[in-house]
Amino acid sequence: MKKTHIIMLVLIAAAIMVLISYTGNLTTYETVASAKEKPGKFVNLIAKIDKSQPVNYDAVKDPNYLSFVAVDTLGNTVKVIYHNTKPTDMEKSERLVLKGKIVDGEFQCKDILLKCPSKYKDDEKQVEKNVQASVN
Amino acid sequence: MHYNGEHLLPGQLGHFLVILSLASSLVATIGFFKANKTNNSFEKNTWLKYARISFLIETISIFSVFGILYFLVANHYHEYFFAWNHSSRSLQPKYLLACIWEDQSGSFLLWSMWHCVLGWIIIWKQKKWEAPVLTVVNFAQFCLATMLLGIYVFGVRIGNEPFILWRQHMPDLPLFTNPDYLQLPRVFEGNDLNTLLQNYWMVIHPPILFLGFASTVIPFAFAYAGLANKDHSWVKTSIPWTGFSAAVLGTGIMMGAAWAYESLSFGGYWAWDPVENASLVPWLTLIAGLHTNLIYKSSGYSLKSTYFFYIISFVLVLYSTFLTRSGVLGDTSVHAFTIDDKHVVAFYTQLISFILLFFIPAMWLFFKNYKTIPTIKKEENSYSREFWMFIGSMVFFLSAIVIIFKTSTPVFNKVFGTNIAPPEDPEFAYNQIQIFVAIVIGVLTATTQYLRYKQTPKNVFVKKIIYPTVIALAISIAISVFGDINFTKKGIGFLGAIHIAIFAAVYAVVANAGYIWLVLKGKIKAAGASVAHIGFGLVLVGILISSSKKAVLSWNTTGIAMFKQEKNENPAENITLFKGIATDMGKYMVTYTKDTFNEKERKRFYEIHFENKQTKDTFNLYPDIIKNNKGMEGFSANPSSKHYWNKDIFVYISSFQQNKQDDTTHFENHEIKVGDTVFYSKGFIILNKVDINPATKKEKYAPDEAALFLNMEVVAKDGRRYAVAPGIAIKNNQVREMPDSVISQSLVLKFNKVINGDAGKLEVGVKESSAITDLVTLKVYEFPMINVLWIGIVIMVIGFVMSIRQRNRKSALTAS
Repeated sequence: MKKTHIIMLVLIAAAIMVLISYTGNLTTYETVASAKEKPGKFVNLIAKIDKSQPVNYDAVKDPNYLSFVAVDTLGNTVKVIYHNTKPTDMEKSERLVLKGKIVDGEFQCKDILLKCPSKYKDDEKQVEKNVQASVN
Repeated sequence: MHYNGEHLLPGQLGHFLVILSLASSLVATIGFFKANKTNNSFEKNTWLKYARISFLIETISIFSVFGILYFLVANHYHEYFFAWNHSSRSLQPKYLLACIWEDQSGSFLLWSMWHCVLGWIIIWKQKKWEAPVLTVVNFAQFCLATMLLGIYVFGVRIGNEPFILWRQHMPDLPLFTNPDYLQLPRVFEGNDLNTLLQNYWMVIHPPILFLGFASTVIPFAFAYAGLANKDHSWVKTSIPWTGFSAAVLGTGIMMGAAWAYESLSFGGYWAWDPVENASLVPWLTLIAGLHTNLIYKSSGYSLKSTYFFYIISFVLVLYSTFLTRSGVLGDTSVHAFTIDDKHVVAFYTQLISFILLFFIPAMWLFFKNYKTIPTIKKEENSYSREFWMFIGSMVFFLSAIVIIFKTSTPVFNKVFGTNIAPPEDPEFAYNQIQIFVAIVIGVLTATTQYLRYKQTPKNVFVKKIIYPTVIALAISIAISVFGDINFTKKGIGFLGAIHIAIFAAVYAVVANAGYIWLVLKGKIKAAGASVAHIGFGLVLVGILISSSKKAVLSWNTTGIAMFKQEKNENPAENITLFKGIATDMGKYMVTYTKDTFNEKERKRFYEIHFENKQTKDTFNLYPDIIKNNKGMEGFSANPSSKHYWNKDIFVYISSFQQNKQDDTTHFENHEIKVGDTVFYSKGFIILNKVDINPATKKEKYAPDEAALFLNMEVVAKDGRRYAVAPGIAIKNNQVREMPDSVISQSLVLKFNKVINGDAGKLEVGVKESSAITDLVTLKVYEFPMINVLWIGIVIMVIGFVMSIRQRNRKSALTAS
């Protein structure tokens, strides 16, 4: 066997190992109920803001503290704590991907992804909504 | 119904030209294919003539389509959905071009235009390879043209037609019952260009990136030509083309990074976002292919790998098109295109077919001819350039595979119905692997040039490499010792890897600079490759230092946080500034001095004044916010940075509040005597004394008024003290109130009345309201040595251009 082949095999083996170890780091998308079953485990919670509960954020008191109640599609709720600024259009977001973990029944959030009517989107429904607003 | 004010002619013309370009690209594909197949020179010339005429018609059509689209957008013909949806009348004219590539079909069009340009250069310069290469280019053109078609076949829409009228696109909208719908305000104004794209980088970055994408078809087409004609002599011709492609694609990617750095507020230039990865991966395989191509040309090894890398690079470009445009990345990427659900299946099918139509035939040809591709049985010498260059190419390729595999998890979720999400720290998941790639590549970039092709005497190699090695070691140790690189967040192992990688990167720079000096004896004309490698090394140095030393400056140190900081791992990276109040932020005192609204740019600029506490150096930064459009609420923040030679201070607004909302809180009244204390939520207020007609406040009351001011002191919980003096002025039994406020405490004080003058009993009103405060919340970063990254990119591109010129000169010499 040629040296290049041996090195290639070693490199490929390394790449495969890297990918296998990567799968060990992967996380999952969860609902409130399933996330609560795995306290302390880092998950991606898909939910939206429970509009019936207040969103607590006051940049005067603490710009790095946001708390609100998230509700998932099954109707389960959890209190979310996020040590960062409130994403500007969070209330309008149709869907939030909350990255974090459940600690003592509260969701300690590390990152919030907003799923708004997307940024580059030619969303027809959104267009209709926009135009309707102007017509009516 | 007749609609007033519509312009139907340009659209009809445009639609006709789209179909014409589709038909002519098909004819051109067949023509070039036939011309390539035949050996009869008369037949060949006849086919070539037809093919070229078709290609000319196609080129004219495509450019005209672009011209008409621009015309529609620039003239705001909002009867066309494209024009309405991507522009507005108040948009600055310099962004009108960006409107075209905000759209899916517009960006396909851009790609198509570059194919035409490249095709004509091939026809002009590379007669020998014209027929097979143009076959591939035109077939790609055909596939791209279907993306603009918008024709329904069996109820399935193929492509997005840019010239569709809005009322045809959404016939159910009630506004189309109005013959004068074009005059409705929202229709008249336009839906606007996405605010994030209103940036000068967005005018330049997409054309360059798409030139990069388009140019990857050329190496692929050369590979096809070689396999189809069983003629491998294309490898000489292809090198400048691949070099060009790598240079342009690399520039395009990094311009995207510059855009992200200047205009997006994720605080950096690279986030391993799937969209970024999708364009980086073909670049990596292209670089691998470029190097194996060089190996083959000089030593006869690695031809098979060259074929494979060139094929896979273009296929990966197509795959990245699928990733970014199909909407499959929806959950993982912040900036992928998405499409409406109605046509998603057709669009998926179309994009996947696009990939497979190139991948399968190319792979079939590759394996069919695998045995006939020349190889050398003898093993490469370990002291040869080809051996280590090949290893480097393999590392690039495998790194590409690892990245694309990670990026494709949403695809796996779709295919297998799994539920995989990115890891807890997705960026680190990439960094911890790619840093080792950087180490290996850095060392190989440094050393490989010192080896000759075929065989290098050991002592010659050692003698030459020793100086750069020692110098690089000295420099990198100096950086490690004095550079204060202390990225311990991810453990000591990763920190060690960073230091080794810095050595490898410095080594690449020093050794290649030394190569120009020691081996080429300063012959700059021959130094293209070395210059590109120096640039690449600098890019690595810049990335390593700026990322590992990136520091948050806006740690919340003000004590404004009244709540218990429940942070464990989560840093409090945002700082709140009150208008006009200097706030301590570590090294700097920062003040939010004012904000202004720029009508033309529709942005609100905040002036943030920085004063370095030690050097007293002052500067202003102007981060801004722009109100989101297209029906989205909220604001987008654009960062601003102060550039020093050795670092950037980078700031953006993470939240803001303006004194506009209604004040709903009420005054709470307290009875108070001199010396008494009143509590409020964040501290207490002391009444020191009552001043009657004080001379110091003469400007506040008229000479015929009697004025009483309360000399009070607010003591906040954090120990700060503020003097306040609410007052009243009395004239003819009319009381005029003069409240005072402490903005940073959101506190308003009012002197209501004297309850009992003899007993000294007074009444004050205390109100706490957030509505009185103008404030911004900032995030401030320091990026050290980021200029090394940008300079490295420029040098790398210069190196590519030099080596392309060098190759062209050489081939011109051999031709004559």
